[in-house]
Amino acid sequence: MQAVIQATLDFLKACWQPLLCGLVIVAVLPLIAGYIVLVERKLMADMQARLGPMRVGPHGLLQPIADAVKLLIKEDIIPQDADKLVFWLAPVLSVGAALLSLAGLAIGPAFQVAKGINIGILFVVGVSAMGIYGIVLGGWASNSHYSLMGALRSSAQLVSYETAAGLALVTGLLFAGTLNITSIVEAQYDQGIWFGLLAPVAFFTYLVASIAETNRAPFDLPEAESELVAGYMTEYSGFRWALYFLGEYTNMIVVASVATTLFLGGWLRPFPRTHWLDFLDFLPALFMIVVGAYCVVRVPKQPAKVQSLFMLAVAGLCFAVALVLLAPVVLPMFQRSLAPVVKPFYDGILGSFWFLLKVSAYIYFFMWLRFTIPRYRFDQLMRLGWHFLIPLSIINVLVIGIAMIVGSYLHLAGGWLLLTTIPASVIALIVALFILSIEQKSAPPEQGRAASDSYAG
Amino acid sequence: MLSIEHYLFLGLALFIIGVIGVVTRRNVIVVLMSIELILNAVNINLVAFSRLYGDVAGQVFALFIIADAAAEAAVGLGIIIAFFRNRETVLADEMDLLKW
Amino acid sequence: MLDKVIFYFFAGLAVISAVLTVTRRNIVHSAIFLITALLATAGIFLQLRAEFLFIAQIILYVGGIMVLFIFVIMLVNLDVAVRQMQFARQKWVALLISLALAAQVGLMFWSAGKLPGQGLPVSEAVPAAQLPPNSEEVARSLFSSYLLPFEIASVLLLVAMIGAVVMAKKRT
Repeated sequence: MQAVIQATLDFLKACWQPLLCGLVIVAVLPLIAGYIVLVERKLMADMQARLGPMRVGPHGLLQPIADAVKLLIKEDIIPQDADKLVFWLAPVLSVGAALLSLAGLAIGPAFQVAKGINIGILFVVGVSAMGIYGIVLGGWASNSHYSLMGALRSSAQLVSYETAAGLALVTGLLFAGTLNITSIVEAQYDQGIWFGLLAPVAFFTYLVASIAETNRAPFDLPEAESELVAGYMTEYSGFRWALYFLGEYTNMIVVASVATTLFLGGWLRPFPRTHWLDFLDFLPALFMIVVGAYCVVRVPKQPAKVQSLFMLAVAGLCFAVALVLLAPVVLPMFQRSLAPVVKPFYDGILGSFWFLLKVSAYIYFFMWLRFTIPRYRFDQLMRLGWHFLIPLSIINVLVIGIAMIVGSYLHLAGGWLLLTTIPASVIALIVALFILSIEQKSAPPEQGRAASDSYAG
Repeated sequence: MLSIEHYLFLGLALFIIGVIGVVTRRNVIVVLMSIELILNAVNINLVAFSRLYGDVAGQVFALFIIADAAAEAAVGLGIIIAFFRNRETVLADEMDLLKW
Repeated sequence: MLDKVIFYFFAGLAVISAVLTVTRRNIVHSAIFLITALLATAGIFLQLRAEFLFIAQIILYVGGIMVLFIFVIMLVNLDVAVRQMQFARQKWVALLISLALAAQVGLMFWSAGKLPGQGLPVSEAVPAAQLPPNSEEVARSLFSSYLLPFEIASVLLLVAMIGAVVMAKKRT
């Protein structure tokens, strides 16, 4: 008994930091996912020249909480011949896979649950791939035609684009040389350039593949309302549906984080090694000050006093965050001796801000695409995945590898590698488009039959 | 302290359960799933010995076994689909085309 | 101590899931329990400090092979199958022989441990903190000593892919 207690205390002492990070993620993430839904609705409204949710709370800010309460108190309906165990299990799998893959990600150099894990990025990709079971088993357990077809289509789509996404990641990993997430970001620091700039075609492939991976528009046929009712989510209502939704938005955060870590420099600021650009360190604080100032400027224009008070509170919060962001940059300027003390906070706080900014930009791009581009038909979707993206990513790995070898012969390093990788990427794109055009020439005779006998389940 | 026998017995247990599944069940898909159990038991053995002797070759071979299992599952399931289309059954007892 | 807890947890999970896989009437339940068994095996790999194999097992086996199984199960799912006899007519003889095999091999393992010098403890072989980084070791080995099997495995996968597509195609 004594040994058990001692072992538990040793375990807690050794990894209290990752456990704390994990606790923070599990506690905060459902709230954040809910607010991402609100952001999406507000953005959708803005792009459609309307206002979005405005009723619940100031400017609709309590809408996610109202939605959560509504979903929690709804009646739990299970279809009549549904398999109860699997029906219960499916949303749990979906959310569990998404949350578990968050454990491998690092928001700053110090915030990582699976700290220093050797297989970093592969862990995130592999565990998030387990979300497929949530979809397939959910569709099957619902005992309904729409659900099963939606589930099979959705999982076929996910599996197809997983290959392209993985190969695009491999291209980025060619530059990094390691799977460990902290080492990947440090490699981008050492080479002084983001890997997304060195391998733009890989970044583009991962962008498109991740949109398909998360079932977002324009690849959201499996959950489009006009097509299959709601696909695999048709028979789910109340909190089970909320879990699926939570899983989907968490998945979005996961793919955005993976792309940010590997292609967009992780928690580094733009141009991390050029010291004459050090004034960019003030950018996060400046950003928050501008947002706070905007809130202050809008205070007189609010119709009700409660809304003015709310705007003032938001402005105060922004200024407080700006102060926190300024401290690690400004303090070493006044007292040289504080620099080594402040450095971890510098990396942690400012780094987290840059990371979250990049993830937000990536998710903003997802949402922008959703409201702009019409949906792909399912066979067009599969054709894009198999006939274009997979050849493109395979050829890209090949030519970027050759470009790196040529670059090392010419003693190019860091940003100078662009001289070899950009022509290589252009060659890859041309060859893949050529393959696609050959495919198109031989496809027409079969188009009459193709849409009917494939994917009919 | 965990010794090598712990892993060997675990591998043996999974192997025997897999063998029972292969020999006893009628449904061919369950037979294929039991074969996967057998392959996993072998993998556990390999990785345990690789850890014991510090040689990574055991893990490399286990990786090849996983790749091989993928290929075999794909081909086996393709055969099952082709057979199902003809005979409407997946039970091993009823796959007796060559019998008198 | 932690090692033992993790090992017994995953070992128990693996054995229980395997038994349930082999005995369930509903094939989809069997598949779910096989997924659990494979995840438990991956946990054992992780406990043995084989990190690359852990994630390879999850990506390939759980994320690839089992998805294929579940697709095929849904394609050939017959409601009538659930009410039929699950076990073949030779089940008792088969069980007896399998248990005899288990007893034989188990006795061999048990007595091997009793010989002097055998039964080396696994955790003492190379202390876990001093192991080289696993992915790099596997990669180094795979691309230098075992390059030929690696290439042959890729040809094998290509052949299997072509074979599966040809066999599952509809003959129009």
